[in-house]
Amino acid sequence: MKVLTANRLTDGIAVWYANGGWAETIDSADLAHDKAAEDRLEAIGAAAYANNEVVDVNLIDVTVADGIVEAVRLREKIRAAGPTNRNDLGKQARPEAVRAA
Amino acid sequence: MYRYDEFDHDFVQARVAEFSDQVARRLAGEITEDQFRPLRLMNGVYLQLHAYMLRIAVPYGTLNGAQLRMLGHIARKYDKGYGHFTTRQNIQFNWPALSDIPAILADLASVEMHAIQTSGNCIRNVTADHFAGAAADEVADPRPYAEILRQWSSVHPEFSFLPRKFKIAVTGAERDRAAIQTHDIGLHLKKNAQGELGFAVYVGGGQGRTPMVARKIRDFLPEADLLSYCTAILRVYNLYGRRDNKYKARIKILVHETGVEEITRQVEAEWLELKDAELKLPEADIRAIDAYFAPPALADRPEGDASVRLARLDSKSFSEWLDQNVVTHRHPDYAAVTISLKGIGEAPGDASDSQMEAVADIAEKYSFDELRVSHEQNLILPHVARADLKAVYDALVDIGLATANSNLITDIISCPGLDYCALATARSIPIAQEISLRFASLERQRDIGELKLKISGCINACGHHHVGHIGILGVEKKGAELYQVTLGGSADENTSVGEIIGRGFSSEEITDAIEQIVETYLGLRLDRTEKFIDAYRRVGPAPFKEALYAGETKAA
Repeated sequence: MKVLTANRLTDGIAVWYANGGWAETIDSADLAHDKAAEDRLEAIGAAAYANNEVVDVNLIDVTVADGIVEAVRLREKIRAAGPTNRNDLGKQARPEAVRAA
Repeated sequence: MYRYDEFDHDFVQARVAEFSDQVARRLAGEITEDQFRPLRLMNGVYLQLHAYMLRIAVPYGTLNGAQLRMLGHIARKYDKGYGHFTTRQNIQFNWPALSDIPAILADLASVEMHAIQTSGNCIRNVTADHFAGAAADEVADPRPYAEILRQWSSVHPEFSFLPRKFKIAVTGAERDRAAIQTHDIGLHLKKNAQGELGFAVYVGGGQGRTPMVARKIRDFLPEADLLSYCTAILRVYNLYGRRDNKYKARIKILVHETGVEEITRQVEAEWLELKDAELKLPEADIRAIDAYFAPPALADRPEGDASVRLARLDSKSFSEWLDQNVVTHRHPDYAAVTISLKGIGEAPGDASDSQMEAVADIAEKYSFDELRVSHEQNLILPHVARADLKAVYDALVDIGLATANSNLITDIISCPGLDYCALATARSIPIAQEISLRFASLERQRDIGELKLKISGCINACGHHHVGHIGILGVEKKGAELYQVTLGGSADENTSVGEIIGRGFSSEEITDAIEQIVETYLGLRLDRTEKFIDAYRRVGPAPFKEALYAGETKAA
């Protein structure tokens, strides 16, 4: 399973493609369950990059357990949460957010 | 310290205007990321995991109070309240918005700072001994030469698109605190038999995936020939350095593959063409730059001895800090103070906005408005009267920066690692924090003695692990973090590259492994005066391998 992620051009903040736009958390990211869906996300990413909305666009592996989307690689877990030594920074600083490690 | 002249002001202002225009065009979608990336990198702007990162140059690590205060202001206004001091004596901010960077650069320019050439395949910030101008063992202040190199290398048209990045360091003392032998060019300022100043020149040191110790190609280069000789080295490198393979593009590979004799011959031949032409430094020009670095007028403060003695009796913690973080100054009534940015359990090299502002105040009040950033990620007050040491200590206690661990095992160099860096393969800060907490006892740290522990979160070795007495390299193996240990590295006048001791350790195991290595050292050292590195050089890796892995071999 994959989701589309990038960094927003204006401030570099990590974002995930969700519901027709770019969300600041991974929670509601659009899931690609098959190759066709991955291709669709990839095309959206390429268009957003070309349109100067985002940079560093990637499809990343995730798992979903109990409705919670979680990145597979530690690198992506940290992007989705924030620095593991500073729980007061990044997405994890938001109420009810999940920490990477 | 150096003050911008009219040319410097115009140059930096012009760059701020140019890059502001480039950012505006990027945000308006007029230029693509592919077009913009090299432009932003030339101005120190990276894209990391969570956000952009801005790396600001601190030339040869020298700052004044107003500059550090401005860095604190930037941390508060545009970032998240802190900055990270780096092994290139620079500072990085981890969260700036691209749209704010023009304003940040304008603020920096107002205090004679910039982010030019903190990235890219050019000559990077020239580093120097952090005790320059203060050290008792110094032949002369190396910073005027670092400044001359800065002026020469800034947007140098011939050397702005080198095969790879290029780093120069200068020391003015026999005891090398600037790690010159790990640099592309290392310069050791010294005097010849006639008392003239010049340099021993080292070439081809570096870390990264292929660590190499620099080779000395000239024992004495007269100071007037500094630029012509460096130009000759850069020309040979620019011509023959490999551009086909990024991993073989540093000058260290060229020196290694060509051989030091042949490289020396090529450099000397090139230099013969250059040495008596326009790059020869006029004596008056050198002395004019020297004048900027004229030491402050240090009035005698003989009352320092008595006040330090009394304060020692009064406070054990002050006494410990004095022993660990205060070093001899060339003036007997003064001292150079290391402000540790390695609080127990904290991220190495990080300082908060309010800490930066408070340290700026302390420097203005007690250190002639001078500060240094060390490549070991600490701050230095270079000229403190011994009579003021207790007041400085008390002020540092108030802001949580009085940790007495300079050169001890918790004075860890660490790169940002996977918590921030897009290149990292493993985390390094949390490992540093855990080791720091494990060895929190100052008594235990002091019993262990001088021990340089350095951690990198990937093979690029920003955390200098190759030259740590104990080095830790974090890699990713089968989706998990794995930490490889090297022993016996050193970055001083006896530079050596550490040896990999054996299989790596998981993040849960690594602190225990480090503790085992330290206990092994304590068990085999001849006495308390034999430092870790000396003991390792005497006994080699075998006892450490035995301690770490013997159980496994037997079990297998």
